[in-house]
Amino acid sequence: MHVEYQEQPPRSSTAFQTRTTAHTLRRQITNGAAVVLTGVFALVGALFLIYLIGYVFQQGSHFLTLPFLTEAPAALGEAGGGVQPAIVGSLVLIVLASLFGIPLGVFTGIYLAEFGRASLASVVRFMVDTLTGIPTIIFGLFIWVLVVVPSHSFSGLAGGLALSIIMIPTVARTTEEVLRLVPRELREASIALGATESRTIWSVVLPSARNGIVTGIMLALARIAGETAPLLLTAFGSAFGFTSIFRPLAALPLQIFDYTLSPYDTQIHQAYAGSLILIALVILSSLAVRWVTGGFQLRRTGR
Amino acid sequence: MAGLPSSTSLSAAGIRERVRARIAAQVVQMRVRAKHPSDFLFRGLTTIFVIAVVGIVLGIAWILVSDSWSTITTFGLSFLTNSAFDPVHNVYGVGAAIFGTMLTSAFALLIAAPLGIGAAIFLTDFCPLYIRGPLAFLIDALAALPSVVLGLWGFLAFAPWLQHSGEPWLQLHLGFLPFFQGEPHGLGILAASLILSMMVLPIITAVTREVLAVVPIGQREALLALGATRWEVIRHAVLPFSRVGIVGGVMLGLGRALGETIAVTLVIGNQATKPSLSLFDTGYTLASVIANQFTEATPGLFYSAVVEAGLLLLLITLITNILARLLVARLGRSRAGGLA
Repeated sequence: MHVEYQEQPPRSSTAFQTRTTAHTLRRQITNGAAVVLTGVFALVGALFLIYLIGYVFQQGSHFLTLPFLTEAPAALGEAGGGVQPAIVGSLVLIVLASLFGIPLGVFTGIYLAEFGRASLASVVRFMVDTLTGIPTIIFGLFIWVLVVVPSHSFSGLAGGLALSIIMIPTVARTTEEVLRLVPRELREASIALGATESRTIWSVVLPSARNGIVTGIMLALARIAGETAPLLLTAFGSAFGFTSIFRPLAALPLQIFDYTLSPYDTQIHQAYAGSLILIALVILSSLAVRWVTGGFQLRRTGR
Repeated sequence: MAGLPSSTSLSAAGIRERVRARIAAQVVQMRVRAKHPSDFLFRGLTTIFVIAVVGIVLGIAWILVSDSWSTITTFGLSFLTNSAFDPVHNVYGVGAAIFGTMLTSAFALLIAAPLGIGAAIFLTDFCPLYIRGPLAFLIDALAALPSVVLGLWGFLAFAPWLQHSGEPWLQLHLGFLPFFQGEPHGLGILAASLILSMMVLPIITAVTREVLAVVPIGQREALLALGATRWEVIRHAVLPFSRVGIVGGVMLGLGRALGETIAVTLVIGNQATKPSLSLFDTGYTLASVIANQFTEATPGLFYSAVVEAGLLLLLITLITNILARLLVARLGRSRAGGLA
């Protein structure tokens, strides 16, 4: 531990005076420079986000009309048309992903918090954490190899499966953390009343952790709503409306990706308009999560 | 004080207290273990779901290995060095892609690490309280931005700007460096790296903030009491304490950068040039190889090569992430994952 500003034994009082003021000044300047520099660094990310949203808004807001939301894409190169199939497709994918992802995530969280014996649970926890770090395109590749290639068809179902894997770690770890926060006394009270273990978890523990679990699910949904890479290999995208989960399915991110590479001005602007929807969705859901968690933490510290 | 170790003295009262708690816990456990049929059902259901999750993780590894086995055995290590993706001659390799993955990620971290750590220091120690909330929210929201939106902006706005203004300027002023030589294309390694840096910035900031927050308040107060400035507190008390965790946070960012697909695929140009250090060159990453090639992948070696690119990406990101988590967890907090 070196503390350089201490090691100055005063020789004469005047020398001491001048040296400390010069020294102090230098330290103050360093301090000020550090504050300004780190402040600028913090601004970079924030300003970039504001700029980007502003730019997307400027490019896309004129095209964000009601027909854009309700019509199918126009023929190539023609003006007008919308992204209704993509929006429907995204909703279908989110429902499919939730169908698999929420039970898998929530029950894994319950296992980790309630049943897991130390060694086995830590293996499962390691696996779940591993899922967090895997690039999402790997999940797409996995489902592509497992489902798409054997069935010779891209499909909405495959897309939903790929997205559901992405949901698992977020939902599972949030559920686990929230269940651990449920006070012991609640469980004990339930057991003292003669409730069985499953009854205790189902009717006492889970309801009191509901807010937290919902937060985890919303975080996961916000994450998958904007995913493109895994869908490219599974749902693939389509210009047509939703007919069956066994056929290629449109999705908003995929549509934006396609339009980005389009030579037509209209489609490029529509890509920006679509991005606006996506951004609004993500920002709103993260604000909602903040709101819910805010309430949650208040209640937590309140007891 | 948060920093003081809780006094677990071995006083008789303390021991008695603990024994009592232990017995109480066992009583509860015993009562719980007297099971009702519904308990078995519930446990069984939970176990099935957990087995499914474990099965998915193991299944990913198994499938990727088994379906790339034919290229692994055919090309062996030359798959890692060869840069061709040539269906005509049936020769495949991801040398350029591995190089591109490493180069873009390294350059992205070079920018994002100082920015992210600086931002975290500002937010935890320097920032007035009333700006902290909004500023932190904006940086966090950057992480939630869909990567296709960044790709769209990068492809249509940023890359053309780089080509006409950014890269010529760099060439004029820093052209003596090997990084800024060659024809400005706009699309290429530089564009990909810069966009990646904005994508990993919020991760590094968030993890660093968590790590800085666990530095015991006593550490800071001790130095402040000695008359240190706030920067000196950071420099001599906070950073030494949290160095390992910050490295972990940077590596978590690296994990994200290595596997990012869509934004990179859109701006990197997807053409393998002769590997050079020039950031103006177009390139490939492992993830963009998969995104570009899977539609054309015919059964056989081509298909297998695409899967092996995925396998390599999985291995690289797994190693990075596990190391990162170990580093962050050493600080006693293991919730670095799950940032959305």
